Amino acid sequence: MRLFVSEGAPGSLPVLAAAGRAQGRAELLISTVGPEECVVPFLTRPKVPVLQLDSGNYLFSTSAICRYFFLLSGWEQDDLTNQWLEWEATELQPALSAALYYLVVQGKKGEDVLGPVRRALTHIDHSLSRRSCPFLAGETESLADIVLWGALYPLLQDPAYLPEELGALNSWFQTLSSQEPCQRAAEMVLKQQGVLALRPYLQKQPQPSLFEGRAVSNEPEEEELAALSEEEIALAVAAWEKGLGSLPPLQPQQSPVLPVAGERNVLITSALPYVNNVPHLGNIIGCVLSADVFARYSRLRRWNTLYLCGTDEYGTATETKAMEEGLTPQEICDKYHAIHADIYRWFNISFDIFGRTTTPQQTKITQDIFQRLLARGFVLQDTVEQLRCERCARFLADRFVEGVCPFCGFEEARGDQCDKCGKLINATELKKPQCKICRSCPVVKSSRHLFLDLPKLEKRLEEWLEKTLPGSDWTPNARFIIRSWLRDGLKPRCITRDLKWGTPVPLEGFEDKVFYVWFDATIGYVSITANYTDQWERWWKNPEQVDLYQFMAKDNVPFHGLVFPCSVLGAEDNYTLVKNLIATEYLNYEDGKFSKSRGVGVFGDMAQDTGIPADIWRFYLLYIRPEGQDSAFCWTDMLLKNNSELLNNLGNFINRAGMFVFKFFGGFVPEMVLTSDDRRLLAHVTLELQHYHQLLEKVRIRDALRSILTISRHGNQYIQVNEPWKRIKGSEADRQRAGTVTGLAVNIAALLSVMLQPYMPTVSTTIQAQLQLPPPACSILPTNFLCTLPAGHQIGTVSPLFQKLENDQIENLRQRFSGGQAKAGPKPAAVETMTTAGPEQIQVLMDEVTKQGNIVRELKAQKADKNQVAAEVAKLLDLKKQLALAEGKPLETPKGKKKK
Amino acid sequence: MAAAAELTLLEKSLGLSKGNKYSAQGERQIPVLQTNNGPSLTGLTTIAAHLVKQANKEHLLGSTAEEKAVVQQWLEYRVTRVDGRLGPDAVHAVLKDLNSYLEDKVYLTGYNFTLADILLYYGLHRFIVHNRSSSRTLVHVQAECVGELHTFPGNKPPRRTLSCDRTAPWG
Repeated sequence: MRLFVSEGAPGSLPVLAAAGRAQGRAELLISTVGPEECVVPFLTRPKVPVLQLDSGNYLFSTSAICRYFFLLSGWEQDDLTNQWLEWEATELQPALSAALYYLVVQGKKGEDVLGPVRRALTHIDHSLSRRSCPFLAGETESLADIVLWGALYPLLQDPAYLPEELGALNSWFQTLSSQEPCQRAAEMVLKQQGVLALRPYLQKQPQPSLFEGRAVSNEPEEEELAALSEEEIALAVAAWEKGLGSLPPLQPQQSPVLPVAGERNVLITSALPYVNNVPHLGNIIGCVLSADVFARYSRLRRWNTLYLCGTDEYGTATETKAMEEGLTPQEICDKYHAIHADIYRWFNISFDIFGRTTTPQQTKITQDIFQRLLARGFVLQDTVEQLRCERCARFLADRFVEGVCPFCGFEEARGDQCDKCGKLINATELKKPQCKICRSCPVVKSSRHLFLDLPKLEKRLEEWLEKTLPGSDWTPNARFIIRSWLRDGLKPRCITRDLKWGTPVPLEGFEDKVFYVWFDATIGYVSITANYTDQWERWWKNPEQVDLYQFMAKDNVPFHGLVFPCSVLGAEDNYTLVKNLIATEYLNYEDGKFSKSRGVGVFGDMAQDTGIPADIWRFYLLYIRPEGQDSAFCWTDMLLKNNSELLNNLGNFINRAGMFVFKFFGGFVPEMVLTSDDRRLLAHVTLELQHYHQLLEKVRIRDALRSILTISRHGNQYIQVNEPWKRIKGSEADRQRAGTVTGLAVNIAALLSVMLQPYMPTVSTTIQAQLQLPPPACSILPTNFLCTLPAGHQIGTVSPLFQKLENDQIENLRQRFSGGQAKAGPKPAAVETMTTAGPEQIQVLMDEVTKQGNIVRELKAQKADKNQVAAEVAKLLDLKKQLALAEGKPLETPKGKKKK
Repeated sequence: MAAAAELTLLEKSLGLSKGNKYSAQGERQIPVLQTNNGPSLTGLTTIAAHLVKQANKEHLLGSTAEEKAVVQQWLEYRVTRVDGRLGPDAVHAVLKDLNSYLEDKVYLTGYNFTLADILLYYGLHRFIVHNRSSSRTLVHVQAECVGELHTFPGNKPPRRTLSCDRTAPWG
């Protein structure tokens, strides 16, 4: 037989690795052909590898060739192998060809490449770990392993694309890669050039186009009903029967919360919002709300939990705003801090402390860390060229400069970071810089500054990451961002600024400078804790006993995963470092982005004016949490999820369960005599509860919410099948059955109320009040489903939990928040960093309108060139439009004037 | 034809008395079979091969190593090439390739009727029905389909309406 291969064809890998199986059974000749050569006479499109059999027949499927080699060696086909191969062909290959094409042909990197295959990789990992077998089809290596390994090898041989958290996949992949036939195949195909060896072949292929419409998805994977063993059922029943007695006694909440040796101590932070921005829904889900769910969950587990956040108040934006409003910076911060606190209070965020960065503690701790870094030689001095706006008579902070990104050419890059490519920028590197306030071109002036010597700290950082990352729950995007930074090499980072509103630099010659907010903002977590308790060091200088979880959107990862760890590693003061860095992707709004300046999207302070309760907002935002991929807020989807999941599924179930107890049994939970069906249900609920725990322990917040909805779906089905409302009118046996079904259902409702607590705290409390759930059961979530409402327990008054959202109501809201969406031009990809316009932005725009108006008048007075005047007029009209949008006014249509 | 309906039809053809229930997974509605004594099976061809073994008709999976590999190759072809959302050009390419492959063959493996013929027939039925105008060139594909109907005992052709109520992807 004859095998036809082509340079760089990925299919050659598994085929060559499997060929060893057929050795000695048939003679195999290998011929290399061009990527566009048609070997198989009956196929229109070229296809390699191909095996021509001695009968003259052709095998043109990679899997079929491998299968043939295995069959020759006496291997028998089985269902599990067939299933893996079918999955490989229909699910893995489309995703993988897209990823490889992006990587090899289009030169994309990172998430662009990993995104399409992540779900498939996770599927393999879960299958391996669920069956706890080293190989896909059992204890020994087989066809499925070779085919999948061969498909994945070109991508996964680069560690950047082998997610560390997928432990089972990692060890499976390493095991196979180290075997001789695989190694040989890898050498023959990739020729030590890595994935680029595939280029000659892949660039001749059409671009895979299977991923249209899949990028933004709010839909979960289908749930699979697991098969139950007798043992699982018996365990679930035993736990259920123990009931309330198995709960630990209630302990009074200590104040302040402090870590306790020998217990689990969880310190949770969410990224500090900048004080004079009103947060939008994306900010809320990315930071405070996600962290809140975890904090509430952590407390339900009886872990010692401290959840803190606060406003980030220093910096040039505050200074500017203070000038505008004729207040001192401190007064501005006081004012806006209160606005933030109100919004989060409305969203029911359970901070132990919501502090701020403008405190004496902040100065003390920041200066201490700085002195230690200085004493240990981790601070450099250098002269910096800095942009200064002569018209505004001051040095321009990064966020007040805009220009063309030197890396990707994006036109609206900010002075510190490009929203398009995400790279950090030095403001002076921007092409065509502009002062954002007056739009004039700033000049470069020099000034002495201090730098954190990151290259010198890089090794320590890497050592720490090597210790921390494996087995931790850092989100894949965070790992990826950190890894790519380290690969590019760290550079010294400026930590001072020419400003007054900031933490003073305690060093001679730097009296008129302050620390750059990104040096001291992350220290804010520490100082906020210090304002909460004088024993703050028990949290922050206690890495052995404290698990630090930090929540943020992905644009904040470098500061939390690199800069801050480097600062405190260099300070050598036994600081607690982040153990789990949880970063979300971005949340879009409808089909576009949130934009305050264009009046698009819902912002924290507006959510309360919609008449929709905070818990519904929480539910929907968490349901679409951008976990693993971007997602979109969509009004009609919110209506749908509220009406289907909350009203018809969850609310309906809990209400029915309670109503049956109330109506049929006078408000007392009836006797329950469990049948084998009931026991199976118990076991299913227990399994789902345990799944919920597993997910939340890994901070997969969005996925864990699905478990709640799954349980209530089981519950609804259970009621539907058993029809207690009919049986209650039947024989004695029927009435007993109605009692059991009602009793079990109401206990499931009680369990759901606790599982729901992290997500919808108010609804949870309402259910618990309706059911009169005993206090210990309200504040602990055990890992087993217990009978917490035993027979004879009296419940309270039951009433519906959710309201239907109506189409016209939602349509009104959609229009109200749609701003100038239709007119919006292309905007930067990042949502989180979008400037949110308060009065500040409006003021800037007003000034720009005035200025532009003057320019137009001057030009007209000078009788300048017509085209030039027209261009300036167009600019003016555009500015007026932006202003109108920012102020929420209707657009004025220009009358009869022709724009050019 | 939805995958579950197709599998039910296959069960009948194989003479399996007790009908299985199938659920569907994901946006492509991949069929899932919950077996009594093991984990569930996912995927059309996986389940189909399982049913064939259940019915003790293993010869339908091929008898020699070569036949077995060929059967699986065409089963894969069915789910990857025939089941995609194909435009008219792609449909034509699929039919043309098959036609030229079958030029010197009675069945996909040569002379033996197998599961590959059954599933490919089911998969192609919608194109043949919709493509009557262009089918003059596809005599071998049609011959094969018709041949199968006569040689496979107990199998009735799927009713035409069943295929027709699925809108042609390009129509």
